[in-house]
Amino acid sequence: MNETLKYVYEVDGSDFMSAGVASADVKKNLKMLGFSGDLIKKVSIAMYEGEINMVIHANGGIATVEVSDDCVSIVLADKGPGIEDIELAMSEGYSTAPDRIRALGFGAGMGLPNMKKYCDEFKIETELGVGTTVYMKVYNS
Amino acid sequence: MRIKDVASVLSAEILCRSDLAETEVKSACGSDMMSDVLAYVKDHAVLLTGLVNPQVVRTAEMMDMKCIVFVRGKNPSEQIISLAEEAGIVLMRSSYRMYTSCGLLYASGLKNEGNDTV
Repeated sequence: MNETLKYVYEVDGSDFMSAGVASADVKKNLKMLGFSGDLIKKVSIAMYEGEINMVIHANGGIATVEVSDDCVSIVLADKGPGIEDIELAMSEGYSTAPDRIRALGFGAGMGLPNMKKYCDEFKIETELGVGTTVYMKVYNS
Repeated sequence: MRIKDVASVLSAEILCRSDLAETEVKSACGSDMMSDVLAYVKDHAVLLTGLVNPQVVRTAEMMDMKCIVFVRGKNPSEQIISLAEEAGIVLMRSSYRMYTSCGLLYASGLKNEGNDTV
C-alpha cells in the first residue's frame, strides 16, 4: 500500500442500537489490508469506545480514519456539548452517562481511559457548547 | 473446550453459526457491563451475559470473541442474531443463571489462564 487510504463515516447519534457500524467497517477493511491482529484490535476497541461516546454524549458526529503502512489515524469530531473537565473525564469510573445508557451496558466511565490505553497517541480538543474532537493514532510496529 | 462443549455443559441452544461449533475456546468472562468487557477483558473467547442488545455483539466483535452465551434464558432479537451471523460469532442461550453458568464452565475446565485478576 503506497498511498494513504481515507474512510469517512457519519455516526448517527439518534440510534444507540446501530452504534459501532463505522468501527466494524474499519475493522473489516484493516483485516482485508492484512494488518496484524494486535493493531486491528487496538484500533477497533479505541474507535468503538469513541463511537459509543459520540452517540451517548454528542448526538453523533463524523469519524475520519486514515490508513497508511505504518499508522492508523482516527479523528472523531462532534458538535456536542463539550467536556467541562477533561482531567475528570479521563479518570476511570467517572461518567455523565444517563441511567438509560447504563441499563444498556455502557457508561461505566471507562471509555476515555480505555481509548487512551489502546492508542500510541491520544489528544482531545474540546470547547463547551461547540463540540469535541478526539485524535488517536495507532502505529504499526 | 470446543464451543459445542460449552453448549453441552450449559444445556444451551445454539442460535446461529453452528458451523463454528468445533472452534476451540480457552477462556471466558461473564459480565452485563459492556464497558467493563471493553476495559478489562483480555483474550477471552466466550462472553456470558444477561444483557440483550446489539451492542453485546458489537463488543464481542471488537474484542475478537468467538461465542456469546445469553444466560437466564434471555432471547435475542432477529437483529442481534443477524449481526452475529455476519460477524462470525456463535450465539447460544442457556436457562442457567450467570453464577451457575460460569461455575459449570469453570468446573468443566474452561479456566482463564492467567487472566483471573485485572
